[in-house]
Amino acid sequence: MNTLAHKIIMALTGLFLCFFLLIHFLGNTQLFLPPEHAQQSFNAYSSFLTGNFLVKLVSYVLYLSILLHAIYALIISKKNNNTGGHYKDDQRARSSKWYSRNMGVLGTIILIFIVLHFQNFWYVYKFGKISLDPWGHKDLYTVVVTAFQQGWLVIIYVLAMIALAYHLIHGISSGVRTLGLFNPKFVRWINVFGIWYSIIICTGFALMPIFIYFTHK
Amino acid sequence: MKLNLKVWRQKDRFSEGKMVDYSLDNVNTHMSFLEMLDTLNDQLIRNNEEPIEFDHDCREGICGQCGVVINGIAHGPLKNTTTCQLHMREFKDNETILIEPFRALGFPIKKDLKVDRSAFDRIISSGGFVSVNTGQAPEANSIPVSHDIAEAAFDSAACIGCGACVATCKNGSAALFTAAKITQMALLPQGKEERSHRVLNMIAQMDKEEFGHCSNTEACEVECPQGISVLNIARMNYEYNRASFLRSKKR
Repeated sequence: MNTLAHKIIMALTGLFLCFFLLIHFLGNTQLFLPPEHAQQSFNAYSSFLTGNFLVKLVSYVLYLSILLHAIYALIISKKNNNTGGHYKDDQRARSSKWYSRNMGVLGTIILIFIVLHFQNFWYVYKFGKISLDPWGHKDLYTVVVTAFQQGWLVIIYVLAMIALAYHLIHGISSGVRTLGLFNPKFVRWINVFGIWYSIIICTGFALMPIFIYFTHK
Repeated sequence: MKLNLKVWRQKDRFSEGKMVDYSLDNVNTHMSFLEMLDTLNDQLIRNNEEPIEFDHDCREGICGQCGVVINGIAHGPLKNTTTCQLHMREFKDNETILIEPFRALGFPIKKDLKVDRSAFDRIISSGGFVSVNTGQAPEANSIPVSHDIAEAAFDSAACIGCGACVATCKNGSAALFTAAKITQMALLPQGKEERSHRVLNMIAQMDKEEFGHCSNTEACEVECPQGISVLNIARMNYEYNRASFLRSKKR
């Protein structure tokens, strides 16, 4: 496989993950509802997601995407480390954005976060001991609320969302370029769209733990 | 003006190089950077030392032969300027200037500041041409090309192949160079005939030459003496995706 094919895998998996984030975000906005409503609708939503065959299929695509995105990032970084030049005096930073040069570092932070995030909620929901709510659904809402009573966890989540925002700002425009969008007007649109998409989604996600931390004392 | 220079000296391809200090007096501010190096070489020869080797040819900023990394930036501090068009008035008296060759795995150092950029030639040989019978020049209006398309193709063709994009890229990627050469032909009717072959072959050659992946940091466009747009890379990606898709359909 050549360098462009590697990048296409990164772009396709990355853009799929971006799209997933939107769905994940929209679903999770239910956490902003008043507690009594939020518990019912959030738990019903979670239970709908686990019971649905199509959603299950998409979830496998999701796991595969995360895996491929990380593996190809490693392959690409390993080669790039080797092929790039190293200077005694290196002022090349002036010509590019820091986050575009450090996608690997940001990605590693996000990967560590994903492991933590899975352990916090996904693992508990699938394999952990979890009580039922009055409507007969697994009470994930209480798990979420309990988790976000810990200030340090809220801080980690917010920091991870900052890393994610920068990762996405570069990732969306870079991914679309890899797929071959070259019309200057549309490229400009995508760049602006990508920045807003990243900021809105990541701010929204970051607000969830903050909101729960301050409203459920 | 007086200058303190730190220059990369390397005996040949296989030996280890190092930075060597030189001081140079009476530098005229109107000198180009290469003339300053000539002056230094003159001083070295008079002292029976070996002169510093560096690439240069037209010294008019159009041939793409010259190019060194000056104070950590390819072609020095000025925007859209080759090393030969950089003048000593851009530097201060008594300034220390670090001079290094372009570095990348695809650009092995031959000696001192001289770099082997023949990888670019091999990329061009693999597809950077149109197959037409030579002979008399054909009638110019027999194949109509609109003004906008001609201008866009010229913008891409402005690439002088100096290699500053590779030297600036943290990954040592030759994407901008290869993309400019692919785009200039993909835009024109004469080049469209072989577009699929061209992009697949040139990218295969680019990878064979040990250049890295493009991370779209866009640093190459900033440091390019000709200001070649990174949208050329987007066009190359499009051409590649199109060619790969059509190829798999044929099989």
